[in-house]
Amino acid sequence: MASDSKHPPLSSRPPGALVNGIANLGEVIILRVAAIGDWAIFSLSTFAWMVRRWPSRGTLLPNFYQIGVLSLPVVALTGTFIGMVLAEQSYAQFRFFHLETRLGGVINVSLLRELGPVLAATMLAGRVGSAMAAELGTMRVTEQIDALESMGANPIHYLVVPRFLGCLFLIPTLTVMADFMGMIGGAFYSIYRLGVDSHHYWSNSQQMVREFDLFAGVFKSLFFGAAIALVSCHRGFHCDPGAEGVGRAATSAFVHSFVLILVLDLLLGIILNAIYYYLWPEGASVI
Amino acid sequence: MAVRTMPKEDLKTDAEQIPLLEARDLYVQFGRQQVLRNINLAVPRGQTLAVIGESGCGKTVMMKTMIGLVKPSRGEVLFDGQRLDQLNEQELTRQRIRYGFVFQQAALFDSMTIAQNVAFPLQQHDHKSDAEIRKIVLQRLSEVGLPESVAAKKPAELSGGMRKRVGLARALVLNPELVLYDEPTTGLDPIMSDVINELILRTRQSNPVTSIVVTHDMNTARKVADRVVMLYPLARLGPDDSQVLFDGPPEELDDTPDPRVTQFIHGEAGERLMEMREMANGALD
Repeated sequence: MASDSKHPPLSSRPPGALVNGIANLGEVIILRVAAIGDWAIFSLSTFAWMVRRWPSRGTLLPNFYQIGVLSLPVVALTGTFIGMVLAEQSYAQFRFFHLETRLGGVINVSLLRELGPVLAATMLAGRVGSAMAAELGTMRVTEQIDALESMGANPIHYLVVPRFLGCLFLIPTLTVMADFMGMIGGAFYSIYRLGVDSHHYWSNSQQMVREFDLFAGVFKSLFFGAAIALVSCHRGFHCDPGAEGVGRAATSAFVHSFVLILVLDLLLGIILNAIYYYLWPEGASVI
Repeated sequence: MAVRTMPKEDLKTDAEQIPLLEARDLYVQFGRQQVLRNINLAVPRGQTLAVIGESGCGKTVMMKTMIGLVKPSRGEVLFDGQRLDQLNEQELTRQRIRYGFVFQQAALFDSMTIAQNVAFPLQQHDHKSDAEIRKIVLQRLSEVGLPESVAAKKPAELSGGMRKRVGLARALVLNPELVLYDEPTTGLDPIMSDVINELILRTRQSNPVTSIVVTHDMNTARKVADRVVMLYPLARLGPDDSQVLFDGPPEELDDTPDPRVTQFIHGEAGERLMEMREMANGALD
């Protein structure tokens, strides 16, 4: 019992590491929930401004050019290489089962339903999302957003809505470009490098690829585009002061967007598959 | 039943008696850090008020709160007798056209030319033709001593003093009733600082504007202000102390018995370095 006398009763002990740990955890959870709530309000405000007043042509066109036109080359290039990589990686497996001629179908369905939209969204998040967060973050730090507000221009209407519309309207185009270039790259590599018969490659593709696959990819891309714009603009608007704050906003815009793209991809994939099997119970789709 | 009608003269006097801007029992807190406590301030029409105080005492936060850019944690702000927190988005926008804000670092839009920056408020709120807007922009630039050749330049191509003058031209382009200057002379050489002071005075002479100048430059405060308010950082005050150390005409600044005001206006460090070292050592322990 001698050892017991060394310790004061529990009620009189100062809060220990455990209590501090729980308190810190609680604080982190509260901050995260508040941040999600803040993002939700920011998103609703963007939708409200979009309905209330359409942005002027002068603010829309530069954003459309920046988001769509300037992203096309990089999306096309990465799409081409993804198609070729898919062919290279799948060929050995398919050859083992003597199914090389099915390669076209698998590559093209994968591209249309998954890789095209996810790749286009990832490139958009990396190229445009980070840039948007950095630009808006710099505007926040240098009081340009305050200046807009002080001149009676709503910053969400003026800065966020055009970027949101640019991402929403142009990501389907980028997705179709990634799909198309991936299909070209995959076919070129399979036929000219791996020696797959061109007629069977395309006829199998024609059999396996459905219009719904293209629709599913493009439909998903709309959600990805909206998520990239809302996450990146929100990060920029809530940027910490200084160069470090701007850098952190740009990085977190990409990381948060990418995670959200993957989560949305899974959820939308489940929903679209359920719709597909409901509409076509025979379920002829490969994926 | 006879209804008493107020004579026109009385009405005018009543309207003029309402302060253009008023803060009542204003508190501002960011997270756990309180910046402003129990600020009560009324700015009558036509007055030029200088808000002085050391860095971090809440001068800029007070000014931004008084025009609705920062939401107060408690208290209310009245602009022309109307509570800002009770205005909807459209009404707030309408009120914001009535004031111009000159930011510390000018806050010019990087992606626009100087002409586009100055034209921005006109394009947002005034339905004028491009030619009319161009004419007004060049006139405003000329008033702040900038030639037509700067109109096509980007803000990054101008010096700090030129950017500040563009910021002033932009703030004045809609002929505001209230002009707010945030550290207008910070970072400028003495001559350019005095040029800005002269511009503030001329703006007041040419238009019947009310002005609030946040500064820690005593030359500016003494030269342009009718009234000076000095704020003190809350971290250096007791729980019951007033955050406003001085409120009066600039001529009375030298007669104030408060040593904290005297220390500030004469720019004396006093025991401050020792205090800061003790605080730093205390934090390390």
